[in-house]
Amino acid sequence: MFAGLAETGGPGTPLAKRGRALDARMMLRAGTAETLVTIRAGAVILVEEGPFVMPSWDFAISAPAEDWALFLRPVPPPGSHDLMALLRRGAMRFEGDLHPLMSNLLYVKLLLASLRPAPAPGSEAAA
Amino acid sequence: MTFHVEPITGRYGHVEIGGRMHRLYWEEAGQGIPLVCLHTAGADGRQYRAVLNDPEVTAHHRVIVFDMPRHGKSSPAPGTVDEDYALTSEGYVEQILAVCDALALEKPVVMGCSIGGRIVLHLAHRHPERFRALIGLQSSDHVAPYYDTGWLHRADVHGGEVCGAVAYGLMAPQSPEAERDETRWHYMQGGPGVFKGDLWFYKVDGDISAEVAEIDVSRCPIHLLTGSYDYSCTPDDTRDLARRLGVEMTEMEGMGHFPMSENPARFLDYLRPVLAKIREG
Repeated sequence: MFAGLAETGGPGTPLAKRGRALDARMMLRAGTAETLVTIRAGAVILVEEGPFVMPSWDFAISAPAEDWALFLRPVPPPGSHDLMALLRRGAMRFEGDLHPLMSNLLYVKLLLASLRPAPAPGSEAAA
Repeated sequence: MTFHVEPITGRYGHVEIGGRMHRLYWEEAGQGIPLVCLHTAGADGRQYRAVLNDPEVTAHHRVIVFDMPRHGKSSPAPGTVDEDYALTSEGYVEQILAVCDALALEKPVVMGCSIGGRIVLHLAHRHPERFRALIGLQSSDHVAPYYDTGWLHRADVHGGEVCGAVAYGLMAPQSPEAERDETRWHYMQGGPGVFKGDLWFYKVDGDISAEVAEIDVSRCPIHLLTGSYDYSCTPDDTRDLARRLGVEMTEMEGMGHFPMSENPARFLDYLRPVLAKIREG
């Protein structure tokens, strides 16, 4: 589900420039499936798929797989269009050391949203 | 070369609020029934520039938008910049009444968004006789805390960055990018602790759920409009409020928490009929 981050947030991308102050290991959980994302100077340099025996991470973002699927739609529906929208309805959880997450909040939101397919041409969100 | 000058004027006025003199900034345009617009927490009056610039609104209304103390161009009162800031219901009502009195507004319409959408309920509860009508945008009687607002004001987190990131998510993905960018920019420019201090009212002190039953909408009509993408004040939150007040609510499709600034063209389509109804009433 998150493998594409190495491309959308890899070195040299606009996202890497935006997050240039961030070095962190981010655990993403979709249900029981775990993905560990290593970020160096804002660039995603490694995306590892679990399961893990002894994973080490700075912060984790967890939601059921179906809620991640809603978030990752080209035009997500209300209640699923933003990480905090998912928090608000109890579908998402932030854990660990939240400082690197909260001090780079827009970067993390945009990084995860970068996995959304482009909206269909001619649709309102594509305008 | 083209040079378009907007029909908005901005001025400063000195007014006493809470026993202190404040130098308040306000903008206005148009003539007619006063329409006072209240910005959201942590932002300022620039959110309403489309309303101030709309000839269909300003043909009938004197639109007035003031920056709350500590917001936009209204600096904190002298000697208070380092005080802990927490907006209260009492203090917020006093600000609005002070502006209405200072500008000698007779039976204005007041329209507020978010914290402004909450405070219009307090105005309806405490001073219904003073207003021709009230418009609540993203209006609910309370909101349960769903994140730690302490992150909005910490020495080790850039306040502008985190406040802008929070505001960004509250908008609808369909809203025009330029308008979304400007809306979050307002948040990125907020003073340290201001957004958090405003949310004290929104999430704690301004809870009016126990008093909603005492609001008499026959003394002052209330109009409620909420964007479908808002998760801070959801359409269902407003729907529940509307049911308890005995009024209708309008769900604004494809809009989030900042309708007047994130998608002003669409918002005006919703607002103009409401204002026309108020004028007829």
